[in-house]
Amino acid sequence: MSIENNTIENLANLARIAIDKDQVAEISQRLGSVLQLVDQLQAADTSGLTDLDHPMQGTQRLREDTVTETDQREAFQAVAPDTEDGLYLVPKVID
Amino acid sequence: MHNHTIAELITGLRNKVFSSTELTQHFLARIKTLDSDFNSLISVTEAQALKAAAVADQQLAAGDAPTLCGIPIVHKDIFCTQGVRTSCGSKMLDNFVPPYNATVIENFQNSGAVMLGKSNMDEFAMGSSNETSFYGPVKNPWSTDCVPGGSSGGSAAAVAARLTPGATATDTGGSIRQPAALCGVTGLKPTYGRVSRWGMIAFASSLDQGGPMARTAEDCALLLNCMASYDHKDSTCIDRPIPNYAANLGDSLQGLRIGIPKEYFSEGLNAGTQKAVQTSLSEYEKMGAKLVEISLPNTGLSVPAYYVIAPAEASANLSRFDGVKYGYRCDNPQDLQDLYCRTRAEGFGDEVQRRILIGTYCLSAGYYDAYYGKAQQVRQLIRQDFEQAFEQVDLIMSPTCPSPAFKFDAKGNDPVAMYLEDIYTISTNLAGLPGMSVPCGMVDGKPVGLQIIGNYFDEARMLNAAYQFQQATDWHQLTPEGV
Repeated sequence: MSIENNTIENLANLARIAIDKDQVAEISQRLGSVLQLVDQLQAADTSGLTDLDHPMQGTQRLREDTVTETDQREAFQAVAPDTEDGLYLVPKVID
Repeated sequence: MHNHTIAELITGLRNKVFSSTELTQHFLARIKTLDSDFNSLISVTEAQALKAAAVADQQLAAGDAPTLCGIPIVHKDIFCTQGVRTSCGSKMLDNFVPPYNATVIENFQNSGAVMLGKSNMDEFAMGSSNETSFYGPVKNPWSTDCVPGGSSGGSAAAVAARLTPGATATDTGGSIRQPAALCGVTGLKPTYGRVSRWGMIAFASSLDQGGPMARTAEDCALLLNCMASYDHKDSTCIDRPIPNYAANLGDSLQGLRIGIPKEYFSEGLNAGTQKAVQTSLSEYEKMGAKLVEISLPNTGLSVPAYYVIAPAEASANLSRFDGVKYGYRCDNPQDLQDLYCRTRAEGFGDEVQRRILIGTYCLSAGYYDAYYGKAQQVRQLIRQDFEQAFEQVDLIMSPTCPSPAFKFDAKGNDPVAMYLEDIYTISTNLAGLPGMSVPCGMVDGKPVGLQIIGNYFDEARMLNAAYQFQQATDWHQLTPEGV
């Protein structure tokens, strides 16, 4: 099966990955072959089954709502591409 | 010194046959001389290693040193190491120096182990051949025109080439077991939730698990003792007592029931591999074990289910790499959209981009139920197969891989051909069970691995079976030429 080119462009936008127009056909074909593999799932009878999202069927642990972490902003921002006054800088968002 | 196991090195250090400093210098020298042939390490932490070795020597002299004190180790470059670059094999994190240690790293530091460096890996742990690393492919020490397996190819190659006595690694679809098999070393993936994932860069959160690689089962047991811990910072970590994994290695295998899944011995399995595995199973019978044919009927659905679930979870996990807080950022971004899109297009390699797109597709509106929802239900079927099998047997054994190490580029441009390399290992991750690979033969000069799958939290029994096999055979002692 193949995926339509505008689907690839839509996916690239959702995933925020720039894709050149001349790559679209190749990506579409490769994605298509993976989805062909994956389509085998449709033949399985899964009626009545729940999703297994945690292998141990565990549930989310909760903890007391108290502050436990310390302020480590300086250490965390030491590796950032661009910061100023403790803020992360990005290109202007609002005109 | 490099031919000793970790267990032997522990004794040697305490008997003052050598010091940790001598041991560390020895391995660092070997890495300098030999690793250009294999490319197994991305970073070598020489100064830090020698400093840690000196501290370890003091602790050993004081007489109250933990078990692994002074033992050199290599960590897969997926574990965050404070102050030391952690790249995950990717351009995206080529400049990333974590401000904290992963829990696994903390555990080893507290034990006094000496970090030699960070090992090479498939980018973001996505691969079965270590061909997708930004830092170039790793070469199999048994045949340098062949892949070492992946994604933990660097750890496996470093152990096989005796550049380190042990290494940490991770396994999401087989990434410890498959390279262990292709490189002739022993590797173990624990039960999901046994080892903390805090600081272990996430690929697929419901499948990832960190584990040890070394040349023997005993060494893996010693490393697992250090890696396993309950960690409240990892909410998927299971709070359950941790046994001493090295305590019962010598138990008799009399009466052990070993399940042989018929679906793992069908077409696609290399004839030499099949013979090596069957000979190994006869060894188990000689030790008093009973072989039982079992069926895991939904095995054929495991690769399709995995290639929905893993990319879907990866697409979510990798959305954090956006050029804002850390890692790669593209030059001159025009606006925020451009920042995200070009950073990610330039920072991620092709296979990672492909999996993100597949994952995005499977999770997108209109497709979620048909793909991700369906795959998670199929996962129940796979888990049920194992639950039923473990009512009749204590362990399950099979080949680890369908064939020995293949040449670079052999899987060409067909991603599905590469994905089928994981056919015997993937179900274990989907079910969350523990699994390991032990060397069990050679085919055309290349190693073959026997896979052992255990029930939940039954790592001690797997290690016992592996240890006894390694008492009766010597495949794990073979050394590649020239190392």
